[in-house]
Amino acid sequence: MPPIISIAGLEKRYASGLQALKRVDLEIRKGEIFALLGPNGAGKTTLINIVCGIVTPSAGKVTVGGHDIQSDYRAARSLVGLVPQELLITPFETVWQTTRFSRGLFGKPGDAGYLEKVLKDVALWDRRKSKIVTLSGGMKRRVMIAKALVHEPQVLFLDEPTAGVDVELRQEMWHVVRKLRDSGVTIILTTHYIEEAELMADRVGVINRGEIVLVEEKAVLMHKLGKKQLTVQLAQPLAEIPARLASYKLGLGHGGRELVYTYDTQAEHTGIAGLLHDLAAAGVEFKDIQTTQSSLEEIFVDIIKGKR
Amino acid sequence: MNWRAIWSIYVFEMTRAGRTLIQSIVAPVISTALYFVVFGAAMGTRIAQIEGVHYGAFIVPGLIMLMLLTQSVTNAAFAIYFQKFIGTIYELLSAPISPFEIVVGYVGAAATKSIILGFVILITAFFFVPMRIDHPVWMLGFLILTAITFSLLGFIIGIWAGGFEQLQFVPMLVITPLTFLGGTFYSISVLPPAWQTVTLFNPLVYLISGFRWSFFEIADVHVGVSLGMTALFLVACLAGIWWIFRTGYRLKT
Ligand SMILES: Nc1ncnc2c1ncn2[C@@H]1O[C@H](COP(=O)(O)OP(=O)(O)O)[C@@H](O)[C@H]1O
Ligand SMILES: [Mg+2]
Repeated sequence: MPPIISIAGLEKRYASGLQALKRVDLEIRKGEIFALLGPNGAGKTTLINIVCGIVTPSAGKVTVGGHDIQSDYRAARSLVGLVPQELLITPFETVWQTTRFSRGLFGKPGDAGYLEKVLKDVALWDRRKSKIVTLSGGMKRRVMIAKALVHEPQVLFLDEPTAGVDVELRQEMWHVVRKLRDSGVTIILTTHYIEEAELMADRVGVINRGEIVLVEEKAVLMHKLGKKQLTVQLAQPLAEIPARLASYKLGLGHGGRELVYTYDTQAEHTGIAGLLHDLAAAGVEFKDIQTTQSSLEEIFVDIIKGKR
Repeated sequence: MNWRAIWSIYVFEMTRAGRTLIQSIVAPVISTALYFVVFGAAMGTRIAQIEGVHYGAFIVPGLIMLMLLTQSVTNAAFAIYFQKFIGTIYELLSAPISPFEIVVGYVGAAATKSIILGFVILITAFFFVPMRIDHPVWMLGFLILTAITFSLLGFIIGIWAGGFEQLQFVPMLVITPLTFLGGTFYSISVLPPAWQTVTLFNPLVYLISGFRWSFFEIADVHVGVSLGMTALFLVACLAGIWWIFRTGYRLKT
């Protein structure tokens, strides 16, 4: 199946001279949830805004559903819904007015039934007659989603959908996103929370300083990252690792006072029990043991620095 | 053509005007009515007539023009600037609509509002001064063309403006003085010859003169010249808009 979005050699240099995207190549598969993960300023919003027609690319080619975003912009944009990073919404319209307006902009005939369905999906049906200015931040964000969905897009961009959003609303958003995916909508979300990518995405792309560093199936990525370390603090420092412990590929640290064992949490046998037994058998006394999991942030930083 | 999108923008803008009815209709009408009272009633007793027209009536076309010009520019400029200012312009830029369709929606709404306003002032005038309209079709033509042209100008200003105060700059500091100096309150022929020549460099003279001709058949310049100037303005504004969207000037980064 051809990709729903195909990005080739995309570059963006802002008028300030800043190169926000450097030859980005990326393909998004139809029906997937793709998480674009990257620190602030990586170029996530720039990438999304180019695909949506808000920012003009400096070079490269982007197609949505096979339609070029510049030469065939009407067809391309008709397929796309965008929920921008910020709450950008006129304050004095009602929820109903503003969503109906969005549908109209995309040239769709007024369809009260469909509007009702969308507003119910984002739990705003009761507030349809409320002015935007009277809504809470979380509600406004849901209005933004409703506005993006009301023209029945095939691709939905969510730019940092849960930044600055409380836990409850975050759960709600995830629920909405999953429901959408189940209905066949392709979803691209940007985030700088790894957990969010982990929880939601089918595939994850990591972007840093305008470059896509890595694109991977989420399951593969998490497996690669699912490593834990066991640190054994020794009673007496060791000069070298005893021969009978060689198979554990231990590291010796802290002036010989620590043994470090790295294992895969997802493996059937982690080997911890065996290691402890063999330590005792080798006559190595230890004071304490502790396990650490590299935090997702650390992992992320490692990827960006090219260590993994 | 994405007619539904144009219609959506138009309805959205007209609804916004409906919410601010006092501001958009009542305020300009009251201030114009004050002109009728002060100039028409008070001064009209001293300046009896100009070329056979009651002074109070003579100033009406100029006052309608003043409102038409300033309100068209302000309405259109504010509408698009507001979208830029609060960032909701993203929606227009990411929708499957052409720049031309955006302009038709916004300029159509702004022009409609100022045309309605022009009519309200005209009707008000009938209550205060002895009015007549010799050429209603020409009158309507000038009214509509001018409203569209200056709404286009307002749209350009709204896109160019970097702050709310700049939105007011052109209507307050350019259009209003030029309208006052352009024969709203007097016939150009009463000026010394040297000033008459200077005045002809004021483009608004042509609009006011043509508009007044459609009421009373008195004009400072031939009505054909007035029509030509109006068309010229229209073309200039269209060219400006075309350039903005071609280059993405102040719209896209
Ligand atoms: N309009 C703009 N003009 C100049 N530089 C910009 C503009 N928008 C974003 N940038 C810069 O481009 C880089 C990428 O920004 P952005 O795409 O917003 O990153 P992200 O969404 O990943 O945080 C940043 O360094 C940012 O400062
Ligand atoms: Mg961003």
